[in-house]
Amino acid sequence: MREKLLYGAGLAAFLLLARNILVIADLPGEAAQGAIFKIIFFHVPAAWTAMVAATAALTLSILFLKTKDFRYDAAAVAVTEVGLAFLAANLVTGSIWGRVIWGIWWTWDVRLTSALVCWLLYAGYLMLRHAIEEPTQRATFAAVFSIFAFIDVPIVIFSIRWFRTQHPGPVFLSSTGSFPHDWTMVLLWNWVALMLLASILGAIRLGQEETQREIDYVRRMAHAL
Amino acid sequence: MEFARLVFVIMAKDLRAELRTKEAVNASFAFAVVILVLLSFVVESNDVPLPVLGGLLWLVFAFAGTLVLNRSFAREVPNDCLDALIAAPISGAALFLGKALANFLLVLVVELVALPVFGIFYNVRWTQQFWQLMLVVVLGTWGVTVIGTVFSALTVNIRLREVMLPMLTYPMLLPALLGAMELTGSLVTGAPIGPETVTWLKLLIGFDVLFTAASVTLVEFILVG
Amino acid sequence: MSAVAVEGVWKFYGDFPALRDVCLTAEQGACLALIGRNGAGKTTLLRTIAGFSRHGKGEIRILGTSPRETETRRHIGFIGHGISVYDELSALENLTLYARLYGLANPRKAALEWLERTGLERVRDGLVREFSRGMRQRLAVARAFLHEPSVLLLDEPFTALDDRAIAVLQGLLRDGLAQGRTIILSTHQLREALELASHVALLIRGQVAFHGPCTPEMVADPGLVYARYGED
Repeated sequence: MREKLLYGAGLAAFLLLARNILVIADLPGEAAQGAIFKIIFFHVPAAWTAMVAATAALTLSILFLKTKDFRYDAAAVAVTEVGLAFLAANLVTGSIWGRVIWGIWWTWDVRLTSALVCWLLYAGYLMLRHAIEEPTQRATFAAVFSIFAFIDVPIVIFSIRWFRTQHPGPVFLSSTGSFPHDWTMVLLWNWVALMLLASILGAIRLGQEETQREIDYVRRMAHAL
Repeated sequence: MEFARLVFVIMAKDLRAELRTKEAVNASFAFAVVILVLLSFVVESNDVPLPVLGGLLWLVFAFAGTLVLNRSFAREVPNDCLDALIAAPISGAALFLGKALANFLLVLVVELVALPVFGIFYNVRWTQQFWQLMLVVVLGTWGVTVIGTVFSALTVNIRLREVMLPMLTYPMLLPALLGAMELTGSLVTGAPIGPETVTWLKLLIGFDVLFTAASVTLVEFILVG
Repeated sequence: MSAVAVEGVWKFYGDFPALRDVCLTAEQGACLALIGRNGAGKTTLLRTIAGFSRHGKGEIRILGTSPRETETRRHIGFIGHGISVYDELSALENLTLYARLYGLANPRKAALEWLERTGLERVRDGLVREFSRGMRQRLAVARAFLHEPSVLLLDEPFTALDDRAIAVLQGLLRDGLAQGRTIILSTHQLREALELASHVALLIRGQVAFHGPCTPEMVADPGLVYARYGED
C-alpha cells in the first residue's frame, strides 16, 4: 500500500517537475540577467523547502522528547537529511548564479553565508547521530541538538545580516525587481513540486530508518539469546 | 537557596578537581599562546586594523576554551561519577549550572592571562575601555561556556569527542562570537560602546539568556533521557 | 507499602525490550538478590529502579514515590560498576562532597565517621588516584552508605572486591538489614549474596522467571534456582 502510494507520488512529482521545467524554459529571459535568472525557480523554493524541513524536525524532536516514541525520531532524521539536501541545492544553485552574474563562485554575501552556517549546524546533527551507538541516547541527544539548532537559526541569520550592513560587501549589480506577477505562480508551482519530491525522499528515508531499527532489534535479540 | 548551594557545591568540586592537576587550564593557555604566535605569521601586526585583531582574539578564545570544555563532562566518565551525581538529590539544572560556572571561571582565567599577551604581541592598547571590554569578555565567555557545557554532555560518550565538540559548537556559537568580535574590535580602538555597536551587546545578552534558558530546560533529558 | 515496588515495567533500547513486564517488590528490611546471566537485564533493572534512565511502560515506586523525586533520592544508596569517586580528590574531599550534595547537617563529621567505618581514616587525605583497588572499593561503599539510605541498590557489589572489602561490605549490609534498611543487589557470587538474601529473583532475558523467598536449600545449593527455574 505504502509502496504504491510512493510510486504514485513519485510519478506525480516527476510529471509536475517536467511540466514546470517546460514552462520555465518557455519564459522569456529576465531583462537584466537573461536566462540564468530562471535558476531562481529552483533556488528559492529549495530554501523554502529546507525551512519547512527544519520546522518539521523541531516539531518531531519535541514530540520525541515528550513521548519517547521512536517513530518521531526516525521521522526527524528523515526530514533533517532531506532538508539538508535541499539547502545544499539552494547553495549550489546560488553559487552557479553568482558565477554567471558576479563572475565568482562564492562570496560572503548575507544569504549565502547564513545558508552555509545553517547547513553546517544541521550537518552537526547528523554527525552527532552517527557517533552515538545506543539508540535511546542517540535519539534523545539528537532531539536536544535539533532544538538548539532551530533556536540558533534566526539568531544566525540576524547576526550575519547585521554584520553585513555594517561591513558593506563588494557592490554587485543589483537586480531591482522585475519579477512579473505570472512568474510568481510558476515559482509557487515549482515549490509544490519540490515539496512533493521532498516528501517522497523523506518517506523513503523513513522506511530505511525503520528497517534499520528492526535490524538493530534483531541484532540485540540475537545477542540476548 | 538550596538550589544555589548545590550549584556552588558542584562548581567548587569541578574547580578543585581541575586546579589540582591544572591539566586543562595549562593546555588551554599554552594552546592560546601557540595560536597567537602562529597568527602573527598570517597578519602583519603593523598594518592590520584593530577591529580585525579583535576578531582574531575571539577565535583564540574559542579554540582555547574548547580544551577546557572538553574536560568538563569527560571528568565524570572514568569512575562512572555521573551516576552518583544523577543519583544524588540534585536537579539537572543545578548540576548543569554548577559545571557551567566552573567552566566559565576556568575559561575566563585563561582569557584574562592571554589578553595581556595578545596586547603585547600585537601592540594593542586593550585597556582603554577596560570595564566595557570586561563586560564583553564576560558575556561572550558565558555564551561559549553555556553552549560548550551542554555539548560537552552530549558528546561525552562519543568516539572522537575532542573533534566532535568544536564541530558542533562553533557553528552554533557564531552569533555570540560575531557579537563579541565586533564589540572587542571597536573597544580596542578606544571607542566606547555607542549606538553603532549597542545592537551587538543586545545580541550577545539575548544569546546568553536564550541558550541558558534552553540548556536549563533540556539538560534533564540529556542526563536521564 | 513496599519499600520498593516495580509494577509491569518495560525498558526499551531502541525497539529492543531490555526489561519485559517486570514485577518485583521488596518489603522494608528485606534483602532481594537479583540473579541471572550476563545480559539478562540485572544492571538495567537496578539502574531503572534507581531512576538513572526513564522506563517505557509500568511504574516504579520507592517508599511510595517515584525514584526521580528529589526527596526520594535522599533515601536511595547506589553502588554501580564504577566507584563514582573522583581520582583527583582525596578520600575525605570525595565523601564531604557527597555529604554536601545530600545536604547532611555536618558533612565533614559524616565523612570522617564513614572513613573510620571502612578503615580508611589513615589515608583520608590521600588522593584516590593513589589508592589500591580494595581501598577504592571501600571508599565507594562509604560513599553509598554516607547518607544512611533506607533503600540500597547494589549492582554486583562483591565483584572486584578484595577479602577485606567483602568483609566490610557484608558487615555493613547485615547491620543495615538489622536496622530495617531494604537492599536489592544483583550478583554472580551466589554464595555471598544468598547468605544475606531474604528473597531471590531470577531474570531471564529481561523477564522475571522466579521471584520468591530464599530458602535454606537455595543457600545450601546456590545453583538450585538456575536448575529449577532456568531454561536449561
